[in-house]
Amino acid sequence: MDKLRRSMLFMPGNNPGMLQDAAILGADSIILDLEDAVSLTEKDSARILVRDAIKTIDYSQVEVVVRVNPLDTEFGSQDVDVIARVKPDTLLIPKADEEEIKLVDNMLNKIEEEEGFFAGSIKIIALIETAIGLETVYDVIKASKRVVGVLLGGEDLTSDLGVKRTKEGEEIFYARNKVATACRALKVDSIDTPFTDTNDYEGLAKDTAKAKNLGLTGKSSINPRQIEIIHSVFAPTAAELKHALRVLDAMKEAEKEGKGVYSLDGKMIDAPVIKRATLTVEQGVKLGLIRDEGGAK
Amino acid sequence: MKTILGRELPDYIDGYGEVTPFQGAFRDAGIKTRKAVKLTSVNPSDGKVLDNLEQVFDKLNIKDGMTISFHHHLRNGDHVLNMVVAGLANRGIKDLTVAASSIFPIHEPLVEYMENRVVTGLVANYISGPVAGAISKGKLKKPAIMQTHGGRARAIESGDLHIDVAFIAAPTADTYGNINGVYGHAACGTLGYAISDAEYADKTIAITDNLVPFPACPIQISQVLVDYVVQVESIGDPAGIVSGTTKITKDPVALIIAKRAAEVIKASGLVKDGVSFQTGAGGTSLAVAAELKDIMQREGVVGSFASGGVTGYLVEMLEEGLFKTLFDVQCFDLKAIDSYRNNETHQAMSASMYGNPHTKGAVVNCLDIMILGATEIDTEFNVNVTTGSSGLIMGGSGGHSDTAAGSKLSIVVTNLIKSRVPMIKDEITTMTTPGESIDVVVTERGMAVNPRRVDLIEKLRITNLPLVTIDELKTMAEKITGVPKAVQLLEKIVAVVEYRDGSVIDVVRQVMNTNVWG
Repeated sequence: MDKLRRSMLFMPGNNPGMLQDAAILGADSIILDLEDAVSLTEKDSARILVRDAIKTIDYSQVEVVVRVNPLDTEFGSQDVDVIARVKPDTLLIPKADEEEIKLVDNMLNKIEEEEGFFAGSIKIIALIETAIGLETVYDVIKASKRVVGVLLGGEDLTSDLGVKRTKEGEEIFYARNKVATACRALKVDSIDTPFTDTNDYEGLAKDTAKAKNLGLTGKSSINPRQIEIIHSVFAPTAAELKHALRVLDAMKEAEKEGKGVYSLDGKMIDAPVIKRATLTVEQGVKLGLIRDEGGAK
Repeated sequence: MKTILGRELPDYIDGYGEVTPFQGAFRDAGIKTRKAVKLTSVNPSDGKVLDNLEQVFDKLNIKDGMTISFHHHLRNGDHVLNMVVAGLANRGIKDLTVAASSIFPIHEPLVEYMENRVVTGLVANYISGPVAGAISKGKLKKPAIMQTHGGRARAIESGDLHIDVAFIAAPTADTYGNINGVYGHAACGTLGYAISDAEYADKTIAITDNLVPFPACPIQISQVLVDYVVQVESIGDPAGIVSGTTKITKDPVALIIAKRAAEVIKASGLVKDGVSFQTGAGGTSLAVAAELKDIMQREGVVGSFASGGVTGYLVEMLEEGLFKTLFDVQCFDLKAIDSYRNNETHQAMSASMYGNPHTKGAVVNCLDIMILGATEIDTEFNVNVTTGSSGLIMGGSGGHSDTAAGSKLSIVVTNLIKSRVPMIKDEITTMTTPGESIDVVVTERGMAVNPRRVDLIEKLRITNLPLVTIDELKTMAEKITGVPKAVQLLEKIVAVVEYRDGSVIDVVRQVMNTNVWG
């Protein structure tokens, strides 16, 4: 996991002003949307606009993800064909299932060869938003080496399930668990569904924490004002960082003294604790919260 | 003749006079004199209340060529300026100079009076709306004189701007001429921009729609300054008094700029007990206040004062104990008016106390942090807030140059690109505030520190803030927008931009395309 994907911000693909500023809004990834945000009559113009934006605007600070239309619509394969040729970082594939991911993977293989891109350089994030997609999520991820993450689409999923979507989100409890577990097993990112009330910051923080506590690694967002809160939830706290650094320091001491097992503050430190501490410190370094050497900044 | 910033100016401008070119923000300091005031004493048996404006005009003996003044506390709700000028036009008066602290869209009737030469001169610190458009198109006979808030007070007190009659819109006045702005239908709070006018005009008239028995309480402008009082039906529309931009923006780009500005403030080391702060009423400026509030709360800092035009947001900060006092030259919303009326730590200041450079110390001199706007910035950090990129007048300094000069840290917050136009250019249309008093420019794509501020550059280098040079900012913008063509302007000078000390920092020339807005 090179890139951090704590936050992925959806931006409508038909809004030039937003495309111009998309990179500076603070999100780790931006999702330039050709699907739901764009009406049927604007599909072609949005595709051209997004293509030209990627060619023209400096998006080097962020991961550029383009959500194409589903491959079973008349727009999907055109989207892939046009957009892949300007080399976005990643495509977000809606209503993903195993077959669709394989289809996109084949298309990308061909385009990369034709354009002289490094094979496999365009990544895929699978948007899991159907019951079948959710139940087969492990196979969906395994369908292509390009898959670097799964985004859980709560709105469409609950619609497919015929259940009501609520702010509390009990109805997607299973889906979050399932996605988090499959992604952890296959070492890809798991991105939570957006929180749709853009004026409820407290609710957003709770919802994000809920996802994080179930093991999801990031959250998508539909408004730039949500980014900061999402990051604050996914960032390790100062106390967590301090503890993690102490764990690793104690480990080095123990290694020097040739101890296999050791304790810190009276608690036994074993391999899982060390692993978690290592992950926390790594994230702290990525976020610039601590220096590489581990010293507090 | 050139200003120190390299602007070529004529030695003499018709309708303005001899030009003293700008030579630096503090070049004209030293011993100054105030002019003596001519007055007509009032005896015990004399009354001051007149029945109507016509009676006022009869008493005043207003002649062609006189200068009449107005304050702008009623902003876009003001009825007084239009009422007075219409009355004088009916009497066949010509060649008036209107010295209003600011002009708003509601003053559109002035355009016709400019065309038929009732009004041939205009002096103001800020001009927006149709009057600004008309001036830009050359409809005013003499060049408009655009001053700063502190500069206007200086000009009046020194005699550079002689006022024959000051017409003071008075939300409340008593029968002996005491005035306040806190009661009445058109209550506007403080009356900071009217003080020098009342003190130095040959004649001062209170125009009120709330005439109360003597004595009014409180008294903001005293009876000793007022010749006559007249009651009219309405001096202003309260809906127009409230500034349109007193809410924190929701625009994500503006919020990013505000957050970055707050990080600069924090890194500057100025946020400590006793800090002072000023910001405008715009959405981005208020967002900076919100960010600063967060920092102050987190770090337990209690500031000394916040100043300026005061919004409800600053009032909240006062009430939450983040500042010990407010210095208020004008209230921007009803909450500020209410607070000024009821809270003695919410203090009024005159425009002179606020920003006049030729006093024994203006409030701007005590200011730590100032947040400013800009319509254009050049690579020497000179700022334009007078004209838009089309060359049309769309504002003016107001307190921009005053606060930039006085504050320890002046930060310009602006989008790098506005409506496809880059904000940073090699050459700006009009110079309003000299780069020597601008410390930092913060945009959504990076921030640049004035190379004069080596200390600040060092402090910011050790942060994660996106510090670049101003030339790099310009390049970033031009990479997206291209380099815009220069605006085509005619030779005719339509406005003279005075720096706060009265020297001329720039002139505004007539726009070529007369089909533009206004």
